[in-house]
Amino acid sequence: MTDKTYRDLWVFAEQNDGVLAPASAQLLGEGTRLVKDMDGDNTLCAVVAGNEEDSRQAAADAIAYGAKKVYVIADENLTNYTTDGYTKAVCAAITEYNPDIVLYGATPQGRDLAPRIAARLGLGLTADCTRLDIKADDYIAYAQAETMLDPSTLDLDDVLLKQTKPSFGGKLMATMVCPKTKPQMATVRPGVMDSLQKDPAATGEIVAVNAGITAEDIRVTVKGKTVDAADGVALADAEIIVAGGRGLGDASGFELLQKLADKIGGVVATSGAPIDAGWIDESLMIGQTGTIVRPRIYIACGISGSIQHLAGIENSETIIAINTDKDVPIFEIADYCIVGDLYEVVPELIEHWDEYITK
Amino acid sequence: MAFNIIVCAKQVPDSDLVRIDPKTGSIIRKGVPGVLNADDANALEEALKIKDKHDDVYITVVTMGPPQAEEVLFEAIAKGADEGILINDIALASSDTFVTSTVLKTAIEKWAADNGEISLVFAGREATDGDTAQVGPQLAERLDIPQVTYASSFEISEDMKTVTISRKLEGYHEEVEVNTPCLVTAIKDLNQPRYPHMHNVFAPMKITSWNIEDLGLDADSVGLAGSPSVVISSFPLKKGKGGMFVEGESGAEQAANLLAALKDKRII
Ligand SMILES: Cc1cc2nc3c(=O)[nH]c(=O)nc-3n(C[C@H](O)[C@H](O)[C@H](O)COP(=O)(O)OP(=O)(O)OC[C@H]3O[C@@H](n4cnc5c(N)ncnc54)[C@H](O)[C@@H]3O)c2cc1C
Ligand SMILES: Cc1cc2nc3c(=O)[nH]c(=O)nc-3n(C[C@H](O)[C@H](O)[C@H](O)COP(=O)(O)OP(=O)(O)OC[C@H]3O[C@@H](n4cnc5c(N)ncnc54)[C@H](O)[C@@H]3O)c2cc1C
Repeated sequence: MTDKTYRDLWVFAEQNDGVLAPASAQLLGEGTRLVKDMDGDNTLCAVVAGNEEDSRQAAADAIAYGAKKVYVIADENLTNYTTDGYTKAVCAAITEYNPDIVLYGATPQGRDLAPRIAARLGLGLTADCTRLDIKADDYIAYAQAETMLDPSTLDLDDVLLKQTKPSFGGKLMATMVCPKTKPQMATVRPGVMDSLQKDPAATGEIVAVNAGITAEDIRVTVKGKTVDAADGVALADAEIIVAGGRGLGDASGFELLQKLADKIGGVVATSGAPIDAGWIDESLMIGQTGTIVRPRIYIACGISGSIQHLAGIENSETIIAINTDKDVPIFEIADYCIVGDLYEVVPELIEHWDEYITK
Repeated sequence: MAFNIIVCAKQVPDSDLVRIDPKTGSIIRKGVPGVLNADDANALEEALKIKDKHDDVYITVVTMGPPQAEEVLFEAIAKGADEGILINDIALASSDTFVTSTVLKTAIEKWAADNGEISLVFAGREATDGDTAQVGPQLAERLDIPQVTYASSFEISEDMKTVTISRKLEGYHEEVEVNTPCLVTAIKDLNQPRYPHMHNVFAPMKITSWNIEDLGLDADSVGLAGSPSVVISSFPLKKGKGGMFVEGESGAEQAANLLAALKDKRII
């Protein structure tokens, strides 16, 4: 490492037609908290690339969400996101201003861009983080409260960014640091961090960066976009699954589950029993002989948890089970167990879900 | 000159069989078979489709891993690839994605120096074990060629100079065009991988094995020593997190307590 001084925490402000991506707003919220823990005098900054109009709008959004300073690379050649254009733009800003930390949303764009930048600048990069700490005490408190890790075995400092991420479908967590290179960089999973309330009256400094981008820099030409038809997601890829079992009592129970799935952006699936009963199509079965799934959230309604069924859901990150019987096997692997009648609980979830989701 | 395609393929533990040791919190890989990473099977298939249609296409599959990673090379050649390269060295253990991409780049350039220019590189979007999806873009940068990630369809022009790709993004697809050479990362939607052919299995297989010395790399520049990213700990979450019974006298109370707990843990 050179003896350059690195300071400040930057968030790559991803924008689509001038609108700041929610993942970037969330990172600015997290950044507001983290920047106070950094060593020395640091500022929360955003870095925006785009054409004149889009980048101006997104910079204003970034300030409204907490950035105190925004580095703006405005260029007509950056109207569409391209790996080549945006890599050159963000690298120019980083090498000129030397931030200590740069965070990106782990969105398709962030995960296309950040590794390219890391490779160009020779930096470490941690993928898809769900927790960030600087202070050793914060990390130790987390480890003790929520994990099986004995933090006394670690040699921790108050300087490096401790980047924690799930792996193996959430079965295991790993914490990484990048001690040898600066800036420290990570992509962060969308929806995990909280954004601040948008404050349109907030003010911040705008710094224009000239990256000298030419049309020749951009080797991939964007020809067009087609919006996907909103039909079903394949079970194996689904992020949220609402599954029903014999406890539904009859085929119409799946209509209630579909309402819950629609509300929370999930898909409906089944255990083996409803198929034997002829309530639902076999293609929707989860388990050893059905589909093996790895959603972020799995909600099992009226499913006992046979060995065959459990074999298909073990890789779920969070399992919620609703069953009238408190002694069923599904409760041994569920993270949240509700002993009760699914017909009393599910309608309440549908009604109140929106009040709780993180925007 | 032949149209040379490189396919990057990683051997990963069959993730459906991976278990965590409850005492140490580490992954139990023992007895878990290694398989070709799922996205890499799609990457290979797309290369094979080009070879089906055009003459003079030569496919080389590159893998970095332990000696048994050679199995993915056997599989690829049995499906129709021409050659396999295994990069194996004890010094490569604990390499991060930056080092992994550097090693792959060095091997690809060594192959090209002996055999001719590379026209196309295919990788998977992500490996199911490391799961970073970083190696593809990093390798493209190290090779100084453009990248197209998340390819769900791929078409190459008759003269093999231009590629048209559809990229699967959140809620939409983006159509892009790029000239060869370039690097493309494959996802499951790209194609349906074929099965190996018996006659390929019995033909002699061209497989080369390189260590870091063959690649002209220092031990200090690879593995843990050369990696900018370091894993300081890996651990399971508390079991107590699991099996939490949600309190409440009624369905409404239980639902409210569940939603509050999910929000608190940032699950929703
Ligand atoms: C070779 C083989 C392969 C199989 N493969 C699979 C597979 O891949 N996937 C699979 O799922 N099954 C599979 N099965 C079937 C499996 O063995 C079980 O029979 C099946 O999973 C049971 O489904 P269930 O949990 O819905 O039903 P049950 O075990 O009957 O459980 C129903 C549950 O609903 C609860 N309940 C009742 N009313 C309510 C209510 N109002 N509210 C809340 N809870 C209520 C009950 O307490 C009970 O626990 C396979 C079987 C065999 C023999
Ligand atoms: C729990 C855990 C977390 C990790 N987190 C990080 C992290 O955040 N940052 C980091 O830099 N490193 C990380 N690593 C290290 C990383 O897994 C290794 O560097 C690995 O060699 C490559 O990364 P990957 O498996 O994520 O591949 P990905 O980037 O997901 O793979 C994408 C594609 O690149 C190609 N490819 C990848 N590896 C090989 C190979 N060995 N041979 C041939 N082709 C290959 C394949 O085509 C593959 O489909 C982590 C490792 C573990 C075990």
